[in-house]
Amino acid sequence: MEGAWIALALTLKVAAWATALNLVLGVAVGLAMARARFPGRELLDAVLTLPMVMPPTVLGYYLLVLIGTHSPLGAWLLEHLGIRLIFTWQGAVVAAMVVSFPLVFKAARAAFETVDPQLEDAARTLGMHELAVFFRVTLPLAWRGILAGLLLSFARSLGEFGATLMVAGSIPGRTQTLSIAVYEAVQAGHDDAANFLVAVTSIVCIAVLLSAGRLLPGRVVARE
Amino acid sequence: MHPGPPAPWRRAAFAAVMLAVAAAGAHAADLTVSAAASLTNAFKELGPMFEAAQPGTQVVFNFGPSGALLQQIAKGGAPVDVFVSADEETMDQAQSQGIVQAAQRRDVVANALVVIVPTSARSVPKALAELTQPAYQRVAIGLPASVPVGRYTKGVLEAAGLWSAIEPKMVGANNVRQALDYVARGEVDAGFVYATDAALMPDKVRVALTVPTQTPVRYPAAPVAASANGRVAMKFVEFLQSAAAQAVLAKHGFGRP
Repeated sequence: MEGAWIALALTLKVAAWATALNLVLGVAVGLAMARARFPGRELLDAVLTLPMVMPPTVLGYYLLVLIGTHSPLGAWLLEHLGIRLIFTWQGAVVAAMVVSFPLVFKAARAAFETVDPQLEDAARTLGMHELAVFFRVTLPLAWRGILAGLLLSFARSLGEFGATLMVAGSIPGRTQTLSIAVYEAVQAGHDDAANFLVAVTSIVCIAVLLSAGRLLPGRVVARE
Repeated sequence: MHPGPPAPWRRAAFAAVMLAVAAAGAHAADLTVSAAASLTNAFKELGPMFEAAQPGTQVVFNFGPSGALLQQIAKGGAPVDVFVSADEETMDQAQSQGIVQAAQRRDVVANALVVIVPTSARSVPKALAELTQPAYQRVAIGLPASVPVGRYTKGVLEAAGLWSAIEPKMVGANNVRQALDYVARGEVDAGFVYATDAALMPDKVRVALTVPTQTPVRYPAAPVAASANGRVAMKFVEFLQSAAAQAVLAKHGFGRP
């Protein structure tokens, strides 16, 4: 059963990295899409949302073609930076990031669009420069929406299977996440192992969602 | 337009059309065959041949790793009529669980285990022991727990005392075609597949070694006990042993059992 703990640690690591990277990327893109106005903006929005609706195996295939060791990008990464994405946990992070990016970006964009521009203008008249306006006015106001997107992204990354399997493969200790471990245990008829893994995954997911709701700001306080 | 319910003759006509469509949809006998992934190409040719010999029967194939196929039948109660696995052990498991008609189990083909490398590979192993060298960082091997080709591989490597050295390099494949794909894409340095699979992509992979296995690589077939088409299922197993079917299988690189 120690295999389960290794798979759990790896799954949490991959999901945490994917969510953290998506936080930065998703917020940046969400802000840009909410503020900028240019022709084709909605088309770009649709394209960026695509990974959420595409079947994960299709995404996995695209990723294989784009970052595989023999693709232009993959070969460049390997030669110049020594980075190999296929069959590594970094590749698993990329796969999880791509499938859950729309969840953060959409939530961030919607959250930024609800921020009253008058509040930002008020801050500017008080002498704050742009960066301060963003971090001290805009972001706190949009935070609850972004947090919802982050939680969904984390949960999606925890359960990511199709694209991860194609890009990262199944290497115990390195890329075998909980979802993949469950799949293989079922395939092999190892019911005890499968039940244990499923229980661990379920408990972890519930724990994450409960604690995130408690610890992070933005929780709605019930009025009595 | 007339309001109110449709005229009685319209209703009767509608019902008749529905019945006709429903009747056309039901086939005389749908034979569902769950077969090991390595049989994909050969069986797709054999399907129409069997249908021609048994008019009114439509053969439906379900390909995958033998372990997963067994679980679909055992746990999922999948409506499968014939099970063809890539090794005796999976069939033994099926038999011990009462899934198949043991009396009608037959060996239908043989295969060989080979080591393949990408055609662009710089190093080609001339002996199994060479795989322990640093030139081979990743080796695609089927998961021994559920994929027969992985079991054969592990058996061979354990007998040669090489398993502990090679296991850390293993990239687990969920079925033999996935192992083939990893090598074809050049994502691994070598892989263990069947000779028949290697023959599918001569431009992307080359056979480095043929590996003699502990037990001969033989594929057994058997009708599934819970099948509603027991008679036709048995006929399919017999058909696989016929000269015509064996000729097609030989064409795809399989050997006589």
